[in-house]
Amino acid sequence: MKMIFWLCAAIMIIVITFMGAYIVFGGLPFFGHTNIIDFLLGKKWNPTGEKFGIFPMLITSIYGTIGATIIGVIVGISTAIVLVEILPSKVTKVFSAAIDLLAGIPSVIYGFWGLTVIVPIIDKLWGGKGAGSSLLAAIFILSIMILPTIIRMTEVSLRAVPNEYKEGALGLGASKFQYIFKVQLGAAKSGIMAGIVLGIGRALGETMAVILVSGNAAIIPKSLVDPVRTLTANIAIEMGYASGVHQQALFATGMVLFILIMLINFLLTQFIRSAERRSGNASKI
Amino acid sequence: MKKRLFSCIAALALGTMVFAGCAGTSKETAPTETKTEEATTGGVKISIVGSTTVTEPMEKLAAKYKELGNTDNLEIQGVGSSAGIKAAIDGTADIGMSSRELKDEEKGAGIVETVIAYDGIAVVVHPSNGVADLTKAQVKDIYEGKITNWKEVGGEDKDIVVVVREAGSGTRGAFEEILKLIDEDKASTIVETAVVAEGTGAVMASVASKEASIGFVSEGYLDETVKPISIDGVKPEVENIKAGTYTISRPLVLVTKPDVKAEAKAFIDFIIGDEGQKIMAEKYIPVKN
Repeated sequence: MKMIFWLCAAIMIIVITFMGAYIVFGGLPFFGHTNIIDFLLGKKWNPTGEKFGIFPMLITSIYGTIGATIIGVIVGISTAIVLVEILPSKVTKVFSAAIDLLAGIPSVIYGFWGLTVIVPIIDKLWGGKGAGSSLLAAIFILSIMILPTIIRMTEVSLRAVPNEYKEGALGLGASKFQYIFKVQLGAAKSGIMAGIVLGIGRALGETMAVILVSGNAAIIPKSLVDPVRTLTANIAIEMGYASGVHQQALFATGMVLFILIMLINFLLTQFIRSAERRSGNASKI
Repeated sequence: MKKRLFSCIAALALGTMVFAGCAGTSKETAPTETKTEEATTGGVKISIVGSTTVTEPMEKLAAKYKELGNTDNLEIQGVGSSAGIKAAIDGTADIGMSSRELKDEEKGAGIVETVIAYDGIAVVVHPSNGVADLTKAQVKDIYEGKITNWKEVGGEDKDIVVVVREAGSGTRGAFEEILKLIDEDKASTIVETAVVAEGTGAVMASVASKEASIGFVSEGYLDETVKPISIDGVKPEVENIKAGTYTISRPLVLVTKPDVKAEAKAFIDFIIGDEGQKIMAEKYIPVKN
């Protein structure tokens, strides 16, 4: 029995290792064609002319993720506070069911909805070179997609704050909102941060929905309504027909994405840890 | 079906491991595999060299030809139209493949051309767009970003939203080739802000949903959700493409020497016969209906 569990755990590690190796070995030969500086900082992506610069996509992925995270965090944490502290429990159940549903919707549906509803609205309000297909549309869709993760994680951590904290705070004369913002959120910090990390991972890795709404032009966005292409979209769009050095360039793009996600995860975990150390009591939750 | 799926997955998994295991050499093995694959059975060797566009249906045709019991040894290599035509003229290949019309000097070199299909690309706009006719030069300028407003070509005062296929797509390649949307380094000169749609369906959906957009699709995919534009006054219709009057089109041509071996001639006859044309019709306009 023990062996079976070991085997299952080993399969996981093997798959991860092979995936990493596959991407690295597929992408490494590419750097014989273009050096890594030109690849990362090059502003032109023109596969037929063998110009491979992913800077526009890198910037777009970062902009998109930051934008979506800001909106997702503000809306998500507010929603969680309302769910836990303000709404009566019957209404909370309805809300919770809706959030679970939101989490279960396939990304292509988000994308399709974005393409047929959000993109035309943006086009009507602000226009833009992509007629609505834009960075703004991508940020909007991504922030909705990461909401369930952030709301759930925040909700769970808020609920886990011991009731004594509330009694103590209210007993000392704090108002309900003073308690929520000064005590409860602080105590639930590490759980909320974990939710944000998961949300960032999803926003950075999301592909299908983004392809449908972003317009996929490989340019550095100068405004929110410019059509843009993310790293993930770059791989997904062109993989079908790519061959030779073009295909290697896409593998190398995957490598950059892989490293970027690991880096973000690492930095945020470090950040959370140091935040926990600073406020000792919060770490217990 | 299930069994096939399983074996596909198994092959993929195995392939992944092999690929990861010997990654140093794998980049060389991938392209050569397809070339040597045909060279296993007996019979007469026929070398077919040229356009990468024609290579793709040609491999299907060769597979079908073999399935029908022919044992000839068909060697297919995609090296580009010009190289293919040159090889046929030199006699280094039995059949040359070309996805463009032959130049005069090539025609003068004593070779026989056989058109096996046509490829026509329709330029499409939103149905509400008042513009119905553009010149080839105007289409080129729009795609290069030199014309940016519909009023410059007789339409409303709206910024043009250019929609293109992804890099590597055959339709995009043909479109760039025909309209000379490539510079001397073979780099695409299509305006960078163009919206990229993945696949013909996505181009149609984008053009159908954006009023000021312009896109291009293979003639065979046209439907009423978009409006095809006439080029220099000629509509993108099968007859016009075949007659050569619709200019954003190209023939797929096989070239041989007049005294080519009988087996090569038989293969070409198979391609322009019913079975072969059925395969060509999957993606292109067949010569016969």
